[in-house]
Amino acid sequence: MLLVITLLGVITITFVLSRVLPGSPVELMIGGHPTQEQIDAKKHELGLDLPIHEQFVMFVGNTIRGDFGTSLHTKQPVIEDIAERATATLELTTLAVVLIILIGVPIGVISAVHSNTMVDHAARTLSIAGVALPVFMAAILLQMVFYGALGWLPIQGRMSSVILLDYPFERVTGLYLVDTLLAGSWIAFKDAAAHMVLPLATLTLATLPMVTRITRNMMMEVLGEEYIRTAFAYGIPKRDIYYRYALKAVLIPLITVIGLAYGFLLGGSVVVEFVFDWPGLGGYVVRSITRSDFPASIGVTVVLATTYLSINLIVDMLYFAIDPRLRST
Amino acid sequence: MSRPMLSVNGLSVDFPELGRTVQAVRGCDLEVGEGEIMGLVGESGSGKSVTAMACLGLVPPPGQVRGEIVLDGFQVVGRKESELTRVRGELAAMIFQNPGKALNPFFTVGRQIADVLKHHRAINDHAAREIVLGAFRTVHLPDPDITFEKYPHQLSGGQLQRAMIAMALTCEPKLLIADEPTTALDVTIQAQVVVLLRELAATRGLSILFITHDLGVIAALCDRVAVMYAGTVVEQGPVADVLGRPLHPYTAKLLDSVPKLGMGKAELTAIPGQVPDMGSLPPGCAFQPRCERASEQCRQHDPVARSFGGGRLAACFHVEDAPELGDDRVA
Amino acid sequence: MTAIGDEFKRTPVSEPSLALVVRHFVTSHVLFVVGAVVFTVIVICALFAPWVATHDPIAIVFADKLEPPSLDHLMGTDSLGRDIFSRVMFGARTSLMVGVVVTGLAILIGLPIGLLSGYFGGRVDTVLMRFSDVFLAFPPLLLPIAITAALGSGLINAMFALAVSWFPWYARIMRGSVIRVKNELYISAARAMGVSHTRTMIRHVVPNALTPVVVQGSMDFGYTILAAASLSFIGIGAQPPRMEWGLMAALSRSKFLDFWWTVTFPGLAIFVTVLAVNLLGDGIRDMLDPKHKEFR
Repeated sequence: MLLVITLLGVITITFVLSRVLPGSPVELMIGGHPTQEQIDAKKHELGLDLPIHEQFVMFVGNTIRGDFGTSLHTKQPVIEDIAERATATLELTTLAVVLIILIGVPIGVISAVHSNTMVDHAARTLSIAGVALPVFMAAILLQMVFYGALGWLPIQGRMSSVILLDYPFERVTGLYLVDTLLAGSWIAFKDAAAHMVLPLATLTLATLPMVTRITRNMMMEVLGEEYIRTAFAYGIPKRDIYYRYALKAVLIPLITVIGLAYGFLLGGSVVVEFVFDWPGLGGYVVRSITRSDFPASIGVTVVLATTYLSINLIVDMLYFAIDPRLRST
Repeated sequence: MSRPMLSVNGLSVDFPELGRTVQAVRGCDLEVGEGEIMGLVGESGSGKSVTAMACLGLVPPPGQVRGEIVLDGFQVVGRKESELTRVRGELAAMIFQNPGKALNPFFTVGRQIADVLKHHRAINDHAAREIVLGAFRTVHLPDPDITFEKYPHQLSGGQLQRAMIAMALTCEPKLLIADEPTTALDVTIQAQVVVLLRELAATRGLSILFITHDLGVIAALCDRVAVMYAGTVVEQGPVADVLGRPLHPYTAKLLDSVPKLGMGKAELTAIPGQVPDMGSLPPGCAFQPRCERASEQCRQHDPVARSFGGGRLAACFHVEDAPELGDDRVA
Repeated sequence: MTAIGDEFKRTPVSEPSLALVVRHFVTSHVLFVVGAVVFTVIVICALFAPWVATHDPIAIVFADKLEPPSLDHLMGTDSLGRDIFSRVMFGARTSLMVGVVVTGLAILIGLPIGLLSGYFGGRVDTVLMRFSDVFLAFPPLLLPIAITAALGSGLINAMFALAVSWFPWYARIMRGSVIRVKNELYISAARAMGVSHTRTMIRHVVPNALTPVVVQGSMDFGYTILAAASLSFIGIGAQPPRMEWGLMAALSRSKFLDFWWTVTFPGLAIFVTVLAVNLLGDGIRDMLDPKHKEFR
């Protein structure tokens, strides 16, 4: 299937990148000042002295099994590092997607329905401005205001270490908001929620303009369609036309926007997690690269790319299932 | 004489643009009697579609509508949107050129029509469905229950147009406004639609305003015809008269440019020149630059429609010059 | 029944004057004009940075460190006493260069691919598009990060990485455009007259297929500047002593709570530049692509 080919392509690119790495990763892995013998031994152990195509096959095999080697920094298998951090990113991005849809779609729809009025102009101006602001600036500004000036929210991290010690809770899902509630620990929940506000707000604000804009454009296109004119011609009240007929026509293609938004979020989470010291995959990517932790960098890249691909696949399948025009006679 | 079903008096529709105004309709007058099939013929840009839209108050902004339109005693121009929604579909219903695009692709055909019905009448789903099925039978759609559940993309062009007509009939309007319903269809399907419309007019006393640029369909279907050029009606009258002995030079030229059987290798005459830009019309008669009968008077003054007996009207200073033509003009 | 009203028959018509046309243009395209003006200012600052700057941007003066904005230092000084205003002016050069290089390179790579793909279709098309799709399979920013990681941090590598990640968009757009043009009659006419494939492509297809690419490029310009700044901010893009806005923000990050100007002004510079570029790009798109006409 198409997915397999693309996935293979992704893995190939990652493989190419991993073999182009500067410096001497092997030396770093051994640590200290290894002798040539030690280097050669390590190379043999990792299979780096094999011909390149055999290396590739080995790489693919390892990837499928989830074996990305051991992180140079944490000394754990990379796959375990990833598993620990995946839920943190999942919690953040999923909540962000929900918020973005709940806020962005209605704004886009209303903007289109009342096009060229004050509401529309305001929404579009904010949209255009929002796109121009770098994610890291938004993050820093929020920190400045809500932590620096007002002191309402914590500056970074996922939970205060104090709370973690005094109010421990069991990790069931890995999603702190859920787990704290399951454990009935109200104080821990409040702390987790407080820590989540700023990163969530940053991510949401960063992606909202794009979604609003696309929704508005799609809605305007739908409103110009002939079947909307027919609805007017048969005396259907405006409200029904906009919020029943037009909306239904828009919601279906809008599903693809979810996939797009998720991709944006995965990219944005790299910066956001970096700024807010959020223990997720995005931060892991940055840290492993700046620390030249090559096994980790490669592993997390493959995982993130695969996740993005899967989400888009799901979105495509959903689209197929929902659009009546794609149903056969 | 009973009151006309539709009466349009001095209708004008302007679309303001940068530095100029496009006059889509300039002083249009026409009438459709009860149970009458009136043809409205003209080329693209003549204003016929805008006139049709204006009859239901559907001219989109920034269009400005002036004049008088009376639909079964109901004044249309100047009404509020809330008043118009009650009237649309009930007093008059419109069908469009491209039914595949004019029907909502995300709802089944039956559901869309039932929804229209439920907006105009306080009835439940079941009763609405029955009425829709009945309408499907009236327009001779096969297997109404199955068709009800189909989406527009699952039906053929002919079936879609019938479904569109069924939609128009559900609220039992007295006037059907048909905006080029046959233009996008194959010739054989065209014929079927024409036959259906004739049948509906005959059995239900439905008045029809049939808009087209196809003179052959006018000849086959309509009782009377109005010819539009550059936003105004240049000739009006019974079909046989207008097509057999056209008064206005434009009508004559239109008829000339239609190829006919038995013409042999005679050349097709095209009308010289182009349709004028409706944003910057020259003074005088709009057709004058392309007219062989044009005189100084035509260049200075815009002719007003005058009566020529037998219900015939023409807006031209040189009607007397029209040649007497034989019956072979009617295709 | 007689017709009413000669008054409907005619409206006096006159050609609009130049002043009226210009005024109408400006008022209906306000955002575009604002964007164009601001962008011009930025370009001037970049080109004439040495003269616009008030101080030597790399001069380290510890005595002046971390001073708030004043008449002497319009945007204050950073932790090494360097004048931020001057550094921001020089940073404009970097950002504009990034925009031009990355967008240009992406188009340079993507255009031929899209051209060949769209023109020849068939297997060539499938192979080239599958190849491009692989690049699109990565979430934004991830691929540039990975490539820069492989090549080593630095602005040049980051620019290359961004261009390589971005070219598939242009390949796709060009391909779509080429397919549309290819089916035009004048192409068949040229081929029927015996014009070779190469000549046909270069002389007939490309000029007519370029518009969507130009439109997309003008809209992407801002995004490339943003991406480069983000990469520099997380430490992967521009490295010291380069003057790049994202890098400037990163270097002062630890101090931003008490010395807000060290981070805010570089960030603001990015914001204003990208905003102006986007407004400009949107305006260009509105003018070249009639489907998107929202002003009418």
